[in-house]
Amino acid sequence: MIPPAALPAGPAAEDRTDQNDPAVRAAQEDRLRAVWQPPSGLFLRWTDVNNNRVGVWYTLTAFGFVLFAGVLALIMRTQLAVPENDLVSANSFNQLFTLHGSMMMFLFAVPMFEAVSIILLPQLLGARDLPFPRLSAFGYWSFLIGGVFVSGSIFFDAAPDGGWFMYPPLTTRTDLSGLGADIWMLGLSFIEVSSVAAAVELIVGVLKCRPPGMRLNLMPLYAWYILVVAVMILFAFPPLIAGDLLFEMERLLGWPFFDAAKGGDPLLWQHLFWIFGHPEVYIVFLPSIALFAMLIPTFAQRHLLGYPWIVLAAVGTAFLSFGLWVHHMFATGLPKISLAFFSAASEAVAIPTGVQVFAFIATLWAGKVKWSTPLLYAVGSLAIFTIGGLTGVMVAVAPFDWQAHDTYFIVAHLHYVLIGGTLLPLFGGLYYYWPLITGKRLSDRLGRTAFWILFTGANLAFFPMHFSGLDGMPRRVFTYPAELGIGGLNLASTIGAYLFASGVALICLDLARSPWRQKAPRNPWNAGTLEWLAHPEDENWGIRSVPLIESRYPIWDQPGFVEKVDQGRFFLPDAEEGRRETIITSVIDARPIAVARLGTPSVVPMITAVALGSVFILTTYHLYTVALVGAVATLACVLYWLWTGTAEIPEKREKPIGHGLTVPLYLSGPSAPGWWAMFITMLADATAFSGLVFGYYFFWTVHPEFPPAALPDPGVQWPMIALGLTAVSWALTIGAREVHARGQVAATRLMLALGIAATLASIPAGLAGPWLAGMDPAQHSYPAIVWTLAIWTVAHAGVGAICQSYTLARSLAGRMTPEYDAEIRNISVFLHFLLFTALVTYATIGLFPEASA
Amino acid sequence: MKERLTERIRSLRVSLWTLIVPPSVWAAHFLFSYLWAALNCAKVGQFARFPTLFAVGTVLALLVILAAGAIAYVQQATPGDEPPHESGTRVDRLRFIAKSTLLLAGLSFVGVIFTATPVVFLTDCR
Repeated sequence: MIPPAALPAGPAAEDRTDQNDPAVRAAQEDRLRAVWQPPSGLFLRWTDVNNNRVGVWYTLTAFGFVLFAGVLALIMRTQLAVPENDLVSANSFNQLFTLHGSMMMFLFAVPMFEAVSIILLPQLLGARDLPFPRLSAFGYWSFLIGGVFVSGSIFFDAAPDGGWFMYPPLTTRTDLSGLGADIWMLGLSFIEVSSVAAAVELIVGVLKCRPPGMRLNLMPLYAWYILVVAVMILFAFPPLIAGDLLFEMERLLGWPFFDAAKGGDPLLWQHLFWIFGHPEVYIVFLPSIALFAMLIPTFAQRHLLGYPWIVLAAVGTAFLSFGLWVHHMFATGLPKISLAFFSAASEAVAIPTGVQVFAFIATLWAGKVKWSTPLLYAVGSLAIFTIGGLTGVMVAVAPFDWQAHDTYFIVAHLHYVLIGGTLLPLFGGLYYYWPLITGKRLSDRLGRTAFWILFTGANLAFFPMHFSGLDGMPRRVFTYPAELGIGGLNLASTIGAYLFASGVALICLDLARSPWRQKAPRNPWNAGTLEWLAHPEDENWGIRSVPLIESRYPIWDQPGFVEKVDQGRFFLPDAEEGRRETIITSVIDARPIAVARLGTPSVVPMITAVALGSVFILTTYHLYTVALVGAVATLACVLYWLWTGTAEIPEKREKPIGHGLTVPLYLSGPSAPGWWAMFITMLADATAFSGLVFGYYFFWTVHPEFPPAALPDPGVQWPMIALGLTAVSWALTIGAREVHARGQVAATRLMLALGIAATLASIPAGLAGPWLAGMDPAQHSYPAIVWTLAIWTVAHAGVGAICQSYTLARSLAGRMTPEYDAEIRNISVFLHFLLFTALVTYATIGLFPEASA
Repeated sequence: MKERLTERIRSLRVSLWTLIVPPSVWAAHFLFSYLWAALNCAKVGQFARFPTLFAVGTVLALLVILAAGAIAYVQQATPGDEPPHESGTRVDRLRFIAKSTLLLAGLSFVGVIFTATPVVFLTDCR
């Protein structure tokens, strides 16, 4: 481990005289421009991985999906405009509302956050790019393929129709639901993979790619929110992935996890879904609030008040949001004491939410407010959001919820929250950041007009729904009788919906006119944060030189800041070796610790996404053999990607980055971005696993006798042998890491080879318990969950063996040496988690039956 | 004595991990409460009239949060740079993380009390 380099003493004003010569600077710029040159050509341009391109594709795709999902909503509102309408059939209506909800959540709200963050984060952090540009590209292509697959299904009358939360048993019984349920499960699982990939990218970006001097207390609040939200994705999405896995096992193989007749329980799905589903609400809300935290100081022309309070709000909301999920299940008959816990947490979450709103109000109050279009959107959306928040406090009270559950009151509540908390803020962000992306401003006149149309439309569409709900209109009905007396309210909602849609159309018109407009000046809003260093004339290198940060608003506070950045007077103003590079800093205090070489344009991420997509899509159509080929192709792509694109041994140990600092070109272990990515990915993996383990113990609580005495169990012997083998493999790998660090390469290779053998041996041993006991997973939920845990664990052992083999191969190929040893340190992280997984699985399936008997 | 303690506390390392101690305690207590109630109701069919285990767990959680808050309180008053404490200095960074930890301790304290309240009023598993 190399100690972090000390920063130059005093303000970085110590000028770099070496940058005084304009010819030197021009030569640097030429080199940077050449290095960051995007690929061109009809096909090759799509192999770009630079965040400014990928982020824009991502954003436009998500925007396309929101328009599509909005049209679905308009069809629904037209159907509901008058009583007993017959524009669409009940079946089509089911597909419409399911796809509308699913697309808005999975294809718009979350991806849009990731897309915007991929564009903005490197700018906010003065980085040239995110640490893993190819991972961003992979995430984008996965998102595109999965999104088109799911949304296109409606044109074949095959869209999912079970509601966006897909409750079993309606959706698990193949005689009641068609291909749509599989499309939902597998298509969206694929997208969840890309969401987790983006979360890894963003977390490592915030923690490791900040500019020198940007300690945690100087981080732009947007970065704080990204960090918090990405961590939430890490813990929220995996339980759903686990749920999807169980769900598909039931649909495709008949393993009865949710079938009460065979010892399953549909409530298990509800738990797993809502452990994801409630944090999800905050996952889509917090990033929008984060946009406020950027634009409000700009238009108040002062620092944001209460910076630690905002951090409190973001972190506090993130935690509390994981204690709310049962408030979606108040009507399921759980004990009141359980409901009360979740009701209490639901009320508590109003505290941090209120804190951030008050911090914004206070900032505006204390500043010189410029009433710009983005600010109009921000303030208007807070008003709408607050109404949704207040009805949220109402439905968090269980007895009220029993009255309003599954009625249009809930529809009104959630749309107020999502339009006020996600959609309108994003439009505000669009008006604010459009000059950053395109160099041009949007029309204030059109923007303001659109705002008032949207504001009126949203209230007209959704406020009457509170009353139609209280009058007894249930959600998800395709029509209603005239005698109910809610025709007028529904007509008002429909008019409001069309009004809202025309507001969106006006914004689209404004965007469409942008190419013919003049370029705006640089930093048109006179903002103080780093992202506004961007030039209207786009350069692809991100930032000319990586600045030393001494303030939260460096453009306002640091004298001559912009000129110094532009003249390359800060760090890393050059690309001498012709490589794409960015600075890696320490987590807390952002001391420069290395220069990372970044991935260049490549077709591999796209091909990997296609290969992985084929696995999910072919499985939907039960084409298992071809899907298996896709899986092998995915593995091959990933290995090729890793082998050619990661942990490259640099041509020299270190390089100077200016101001007398020299930092290494290679990192391994806990200071390296790759190590963090591995650690974060494994946290997500462990969370998914804990969802499966939860399933096992959940069954234990709902059955008077679990495991059922009449059914065989895997016994103690084989699970313990499997656990022992995994432990041996773990010890050998960790031992290999240690002897490798001491330079004993031959011993390392031997230990890795033995480790591979132990890991591989643990696979049959892990399966032997349930196999030899003759456990039939289609018979009852008990054998089904035991098999699932065992298969999950041995599949991880398989990946572990691949990790060990890869490391061995890298060592043999001379691509890993005792000095450059990232691979073995990264796979150690995997092996730690593998041991943990094996410990929990084999103790559960092997020892728990004995303990509870 | 008091000064030495203050010095000692201010020299403790802070990080993103110490920042999330109070809300993590809230989360642990929440999980504990949920499991305690769910297991009692599913396996026993009732919970005790005076739930000793639950009371001990709650007091323990509150004490840990109080301790984290007290440490953070001392740290966030570390003298050094001028107000408004927004500079890129070591002391201001310490003060910021400590202040945020203190605020989170407040929120978590309230959160734990919120969670515990139902047990005072509800007495059975219906």
